[in-house]
Amino acid sequence: MSKVLVVTSGKGGVGKTTTTAALGAALAQRGDKVVVVDFDVGLRNLDLVMGAERRVVFDLINVVQGVAKLPQALIRDKRLENLWLLPASQTRDKDALTEEGVGKVIAELRSRFDWVICDSPAGIERGASMAMRFADEAVIVTNPEVSSVRDSDRIIGMLDSKTVRAEKGERVEKHILITRYDPSRAARGEMLTIDDILEILATPLLGIIPESQDVLKASNVGTPVTLSNADGAPARAYIDAAKRLCGENVTMHVPAERRGLMDRLLRRRAA
Amino acid sequence: MSMGLLRLLRGKKASAPVARERLQILLAHERGMRGQPDLLGVLREEILAVVSKHVMLDPTKVIVRLERGDEVSTLEVDIEVPNDFERKRVAVA
Repeated sequence: MSKVLVVTSGKGGVGKTTTTAALGAALAQRGDKVVVVDFDVGLRNLDLVMGAERRVVFDLINVVQGVAKLPQALIRDKRLENLWLLPASQTRDKDALTEEGVGKVIAELRSRFDWVICDSPAGIERGASMAMRFADEAVIVTNPEVSSVRDSDRIIGMLDSKTVRAEKGERVEKHILITRYDPSRAARGEMLTIDDILEILATPLLGIIPESQDVLKASNVGTPVTLSNADGAPARAYIDAAKRLCGENVTMHVPAERRGLMDRLLRRRAA
Repeated sequence: MSMGLLRLLRGKKASAPVARERLQILLAHERGMRGQPDLLGVLREEILAVVSKHVMLDPTKVIVRLERGDEVSTLEVDIEVPNDFERKRVAVA
């Protein structure tokens, strides 16, 4: 059974592309066949975060327009044989994404993969609405910060009204993924708490990704964070989130503030 | 608890509760507006149509503003009318 999952947020810079790569790799490592699809036409970056930027020949727009066949445009990950990438076009504009064309590509991807993960661009315009249009499930990436939460609320409204499922009277299953969570700031009352965010958005939680240097290091080298430092806190949080997407019941780990001198000394030495 | 005490000693107030309250008020309003026609746009068009029946005016010089207050809100309609509008009206008639 194949699932189309959109990773979306409204706001930019909250971690959609990082999340797409990390969840894609985590699901592929479990043995599922996964494709990650970049919908950010004109500003593609998933190829870079996945470390495949020099292997792009054809892209999503080429396939939508029939210039290339799907197998020609799919790029197989060098680390995980179950993981594939369909890059966005860097030169075209987002109007090239027709609903009919995208629908055909998604249908073909559904027949080949267990997971079709659509990396949405920021905003609420054509690219974002096409990324969510055919979704069965949605991961709404949210930072503990007012503008991100407001935009997530707006996106939830779109998922409930502008998707094919919503129009058929069905539900898109929605999950909140909180990223860049800083436990020490939360403890000082400087950051919206997990409970605040979940109460305001009234949507279940998929996971909490702590703020970490691992994420930047992973994108620097073009490796999904779940592969670059699989024992690190963000990787473990993403791997747990992937398990929950597969229906496993995994205890939610709320990142705690690091305490104690020994802890800090050990951490410094480790880094 | 210790964090609360620390904050008390420093005389600082946590900002997160303020963020939560602002969001709750804002989102309650925005969710209500979702799918509704743009109220200010509609008001502007209709006011423009009524006034234009009697006075020649430049549509770009009609400004409709809504200021939301805690207790009441004010609707401000600012219409700039040329001084010779009555002469023009006669000319049109």
